[in-house]
Amino acid sequence: MSDVVLKNATIVDGSGSRQGDVAIRDGVIHEVGEKLGGGDTVDLDGLVLMPGLVDLHTHLREPGDEEAETIETGSRAAALGGYTAVVAMPNTNPTIDSAAVVEQVRRCSSRALCDVVPSAAITVGRNGELLAPMAELVRAGVRIFTDDGRGVQDPRLMRTAFEYAAGLAHLAGGTAGSASGVVLAQHCEVDELAGHGVMHEGEWSSRLGLPGQPAEAEELMIHRDLALAGLTGGRLHIQHVSTAGGVEMIRTAKAAGIAVTAEVTPHHLVLDHSHCAGFDPVFKVHPPLRTAADVAALRAGLQDQTIDAIATDHAPHTQQAKECSFLDAAPGMLGLETALAVVLTELDLDLSTVVRVMSINPARIAGLDHRHGGPIAAGRPANLTVVDPNVSWTVQGSTLASRSSNTAFEGRVLRGGVIHTLCDGEFVVRDGEATR
Amino acid sequence: MRQRGPHHLLSMADLDRDGIEQLLNLTESFAEVGERPIPKVPALRGKTVAWLFYEDSTRTRLSFETAAKRLSADTMNFSVSSSSVNKGESLRDTIETISAMGIDGIVVRHSAAGVPQQVTQWTEASVINAGDGWHQHPTQCLLDLFTARTHFGDLEGRRITIVGDIRHSRVARSNALGFATMGAKVTLVAPPSLLPSSLEGWPVAVCHNLDEALEDTDICYLLRMQLERQKQAVVPSLREFHNEYGLTVARADRLRSDALIMHPGPMNRGVEIAGEVAERPQAVIGEQVANGVSVRMAVLFLLLGSGLDVVDNNRIAA
Amino acid sequence: MAERERRLTTPNPGVSFQARTRVMSADDVSRAVRRMAHEILERNHGADQVMVVGMQTGGVALAQAIAEAIENIEGTGVPVGTLDATMHRDDFGLRPVVPEAVTDIPVDPSGRVVVIVDDVLFTGRTVRAAMDAIHSYGRPQAIQLAVMVDRGHRELPIRPDYVGKNLPTRIDEIVDVNDVGVDLGEMA
Repeated sequence: MSDVVLKNATIVDGSGSRQGDVAIRDGVIHEVGEKLGGGDTVDLDGLVLMPGLVDLHTHLREPGDEEAETIETGSRAAALGGYTAVVAMPNTNPTIDSAAVVEQVRRCSSRALCDVVPSAAITVGRNGELLAPMAELVRAGVRIFTDDGRGVQDPRLMRTAFEYAAGLAHLAGGTAGSASGVVLAQHCEVDELAGHGVMHEGEWSSRLGLPGQPAEAEELMIHRDLALAGLTGGRLHIQHVSTAGGVEMIRTAKAAGIAVTAEVTPHHLVLDHSHCAGFDPVFKVHPPLRTAADVAALRAGLQDQTIDAIATDHAPHTQQAKECSFLDAAPGMLGLETALAVVLTELDLDLSTVVRVMSINPARIAGLDHRHGGPIAAGRPANLTVVDPNVSWTVQGSTLASRSSNTAFEGRVLRGGVIHTLCDGEFVVRDGEATR
Repeated sequence: MRQRGPHHLLSMADLDRDGIEQLLNLTESFAEVGERPIPKVPALRGKTVAWLFYEDSTRTRLSFETAAKRLSADTMNFSVSSSSVNKGESLRDTIETISAMGIDGIVVRHSAAGVPQQVTQWTEASVINAGDGWHQHPTQCLLDLFTARTHFGDLEGRRITIVGDIRHSRVARSNALGFATMGAKVTLVAPPSLLPSSLEGWPVAVCHNLDEALEDTDICYLLRMQLERQKQAVVPSLREFHNEYGLTVARADRLRSDALIMHPGPMNRGVEIAGEVAERPQAVIGEQVANGVSVRMAVLFLLLGSGLDVVDNNRIAA
Repeated sequence: MAERERRLTTPNPGVSFQARTRVMSADDVSRAVRRMAHEILERNHGADQVMVVGMQTGGVALAQAIAEAIENIEGTGVPVGTLDATMHRDDFGLRPVVPEAVTDIPVDPSGRVVVIVDDVLFTGRTVRAAMDAIHSYGRPQAIQLAVMVDRGHRELPIRPDYVGKNLPTRIDEIVDVNDVGVDLGEMA
């Protein structure tokens, strides 16, 4: 690996913002200072250097649905979006519910352009009936467990999962300095209340004649899981919060000392249910786009750190899966390549906050903070991304690196683009293009 | 040769009051055509209309077919049984295949809301919504408006009471909008479990007491109650529904003598309407059906033949 | 007639019919009506089989006048109908066009002599549409055509049987038959 010196960067990490040069040697940051020399120099004048982003919630579809995305194409999309690590969701085929499938995912990740960190299901086959072999999975390196796509419906089973996970601390001791322990991440949705709802139940679902699911379908399970986390002392992570009520409950729970973290998607921070008016299935997603009041509450939750992280819930789907009625279309939208730009364009957050919610916090929650999330300092692995905060570009699903093109931001002009991404010191994205 | 781009009839929101008046006036002419010994005009000769019915509906399709044939249009039938839909020939593939055969209009019926609107992006033809899920059924509303107008003339200030399973009814959504646009006062009557979760922005009043609502109504419009709803536990039983929300003989007796009883058909006698009441002269269901052909002729003619701008598909989709 | 012609041309806001010359007075028109009534009776050997159908909208009053004249002369009435032949036209899609007026054919035309009455005969397309329309009501024994003014510029092989006045015109001119007579002018 050649030595690289990144010069004249505006460096933003957990300790704030400063100007400087960063010298990288053998995949590791060698020195951060002024007027550094030696090696291949890259001028970052006018650009922002930050720790690589970490996505807590990505669907890479491999194994099982390679038509929509593969680990390689998904990781390329991630790298172009500034991500150096993604947590891969286990709702693949086969489900990631055994060490064997974890190994399979790791093998398929050999050509990835970023770190691919497998998560595993809480229940076998995500069926909500039997606990998955968590110890085996933790030994295989898994730290996040989720039945994502569904929530665990049975409260007794969820309680047992929390209790059992808490007993795995000795297996899940972190590697040199990273957070230890196992996290249960929940897609909070009570199936019976959600019913066949394909969008938020409210003004728009009534007008459009589409079955909806009420906010309570999410809020009830958030309430339940917070109570169970309190009861058992387990670590809970709430995925893709979408309701004002949910935010409020998490705020209260944190104040009461419950070990809960939460994520929100860029689309829930920007879009609402009125976007469904044209029946375009690209806006169909679980949890659904909700009201303007929910959007406001989610933004407030991000600001006051009730919500710890932005996670994409990148959900690629083939055209076939989306070119049908809103009722039948597969739910979910792309996210990896647009997340950072959407955040920079649509939200009023300073860069330190962006780094905190898109890199530092997610790295810590996933137990990856020994490699990702910064700080940008000597000795740290060179997992970095370089962003031009001023470049303007138009989102075009057909030209994105993902195999699929189902982006809800089609045609939108965004401000902010990734120029370079480095994974362990190697340029995986250079001058806006993937290097492989 | 096309004068302007295609327009579609997807929802009653596509028509303003003038547009509806124009359509209803045109319907008068087509009603006259229907009474001729040879009920045929060459107005749509050389045009082709395709039927894309994903949901079984012999009546509506035959009504449209009769309308098209009286206009001398050619027709193509692509009724799709629900099983082949699930097997996933994508909607887009189906539409592009049909369009490639050279058609001027597609009449779409589907059990999922929004499909006719989605269809418009894959074809140059005019799209007519013949019923999409719970969303809209504009030609039904237009024939109901025409029937009401035939009896009452101007509908401004007239009272229409729509009763039954509003939540799952495209007829209710279309009629609430259409009758309100024509200046009528619309009241919805249903148990809360059969009302939409939100009536925000609906130009209607709501009532749970049918007897009270029927007191001074001009039109009692009954919606079809799906027999499966009882199994879905949205109402305790059809018997209770009939007692509280059905047009029983006692309720029908209290209607004003000039009030109309309407129903989109087919009727579940003994559920939304007592069998005997359905036979009374106030029940104009037969007229509705007859008017359906004339109304559909007017719609087909306006969208495919007349060259006029009557519909505005840029109004907020609703 | 100017009215139908106006309907059929692309509407220009702010433009209206300007009369230039009076080519027939009201008296001239009534004399022509009486003459045509005589000619109809002569040609058809009486009023027995005749029915008169006025084209909407310009031919309706004329048809009524001719029918009255026939009754005055012969002592028997003839059935009078009205016809809007818009839906039988051949030029859909070329211009916006919608039937506006009533069609009422009160008796079965089968076996009868149907005299179509219109105010002005121009391209002949309206008459072709009318003949088509009448055949949806039955099969007449014969169809004849009576017009107050034949202004030339035929596009189809159609000729009138009874004419009030032959009037050569330029294609951009307009002929207006109204209750004070017949005017020649243009749109301005």
